[in-house]
Amino acid sequence: MTGTPFDLQLLNLCAALLLLLSFAMLAQRRIVTLVNLLAVQGGLLLVATLLLAWRTGERHLYLSAALTLALKVVLLPRILHRLIRRLQVYWDTEPLLNISGTMLVGLVVVVFAFGLAQPISALASTATRNAIGIAVAVILLSFVTMITRRKAMSQVVGFLSMENGLFFGAMSATYGMPMIVEFGVALDVLVAVLVLGIFFFQIREQFDSLDLHHLESLNEYQSSVAIASHGTAREGSPRIDGEQAAPAQKET
Amino acid sequence: MKPMDLVTQALELIAALAAAPLFLGWVNQCRAWLQNRRAPSILLPYRSIRKLFYKDAVIAESASPLFRSAPYIVFGAMVVAAGIIPSMGTQLPFTIAADAIALVGLLATARVFQSLAAMDIGTAFGTLGARREMMVGFLAEPALLMVIFVASIISATTALPAIAENLATQKLALYPSLAFTAVAFVLVLLAENARIPIDNPATHLELTMIHEAMLLEYSARHLALMEWAAALKLFNYACIGFALFVPWGISTGADSPITLLTSIPLLTAKLAITGATLAFIETMSAKLRVFRAPEFLASAFLFAVLGLLVHLLLGA
Repeated sequence: MTGTPFDLQLLNLCAALLLLLSFAMLAQRRIVTLVNLLAVQGGLLLVATLLLAWRTGERHLYLSAALTLALKVVLLPRILHRLIRRLQVYWDTEPLLNISGTMLVGLVVVVFAFGLAQPISALASTATRNAIGIAVAVILLSFVTMITRRKAMSQVVGFLSMENGLFFGAMSATYGMPMIVEFGVALDVLVAVLVLGIFFFQIREQFDSLDLHHLESLNEYQSSVAIASHGTAREGSPRIDGEQAAPAQKET
Repeated sequence: MKPMDLVTQALELIAALAAAPLFLGWVNQCRAWLQNRRAPSILLPYRSIRKLFYKDAVIAESASPLFRSAPYIVFGAMVVAAGIIPSMGTQLPFTIAADAIALVGLLATARVFQSLAAMDIGTAFGTLGARREMMVGFLAEPALLMVIFVASIISATTALPAIAENLATQKLALYPSLAFTAVAFVLVLLAENARIPIDNPATHLELTMIHEAMLLEYSARHLALMEWAAALKLFNYACIGFALFVPWGISTGADSPITLLTSIPLLTAKLAITGATLAFIETMSAKLRVFRAPEFLASAFLFAVLGLLVHLLLGA
């Protein structure tokens, strides 16, 4: 460790913080904070990309850093915050597993990811090859985040953080993807969030809730039952009732 | 064994015994300042210990010999622990006897005897406190062990002075693993020493108390020893933290009275900063419900294990 240059130490620190942030996201139940954590994750990615660009002198990494800044630090969190405000969802409901249990599962997942990344790291020749394990761990932890959540909003945040993990993995394994792929992925993510935003409104209009387990019963009869039973008993606010009236007027 | 080492050992023990109540007084004073109260004298812990030693002890009729002997055992364990932990110099003759894992065992022994003594009388409060203490203890211990393991792996030894020496003499480097374990250690320190997110050291009669509930039946010299032992425990934990995370300035040389002398003001400075930080953390956080304590300590364990994993993967 004493032999490693300082910028590589900083990169390692970034990797470690990314891992920590994934755990913070796993434990977080407030959606607003979850989105803020996602923005911080983007910021860390930005720092890591800049450090790596400075270290390797690869020109295209500066571009992808700029892309990260624009998309992951500024744009996506802003879109998500706007969605949260308009949908009035601030809390995820009962998690499927309690927090301490999720944490322990997360630890097992990290150990698994590190084992998984061992052979890849052995083959890679980059200075940051050790961080591949952390990237895999971040991806799998985002998976766990998505699995243990019910609300569509936190699942999307999990999805985006998985994309961050993939980006970090590509960066540490091969100093970043080809520029065209990176642009494509960035555009995809942006479009995905926009489309999912529209999707949220549709889901809520159908089921009066963003709880995704309603989607498990997707046939005509059951969904109408779901509307009948959840329309009255959901944890709604008066604002949503007002919104509920709006589409009804549209229909008439 | 050189005479200088013996001097270091004796100095450390005396310093721990003498400075522990002072450290507690300093933390209390900082807390009072931060909470806009008039601060009690920094010497208050000394005065209360002296006062208690002058009083006559009252012991419940149902008390067994265990109840009488527990204060001496607990106090003794803390003094031995203070002898093992390197606070000023690393050349300590006593440390051959026990490494860091044995130190955790020593602290556990003290906890077991304190809890047994609290249950001995059979009052509701004592039993309640003892049970809660054991709950906190069994959750905090693995986290503390993990913290020590990370530092041990980095220095390839479990002897605390060797770890401190290794880390103190190394070239300065960023250790994310040590940063994570430092956070874990602070959480464990707060929980183990009955500080605010887990227990409130300022209350004497509340349903939520843990440490104070165990001491309710003690009086006079027994109570004095128990309180002194609690102060020593806080001091010991602070010194473990220094040895693991900020070992700079500790005297590592074989026989160097000068470095030993310079380590004294450094230790004082570290203690002063730690005390103020501790008071700040306590003022900023609210007490957790007892049922949230496992979550708090699970996150400490998580931090420590993450530190270990990060070290194994990144070598940092």
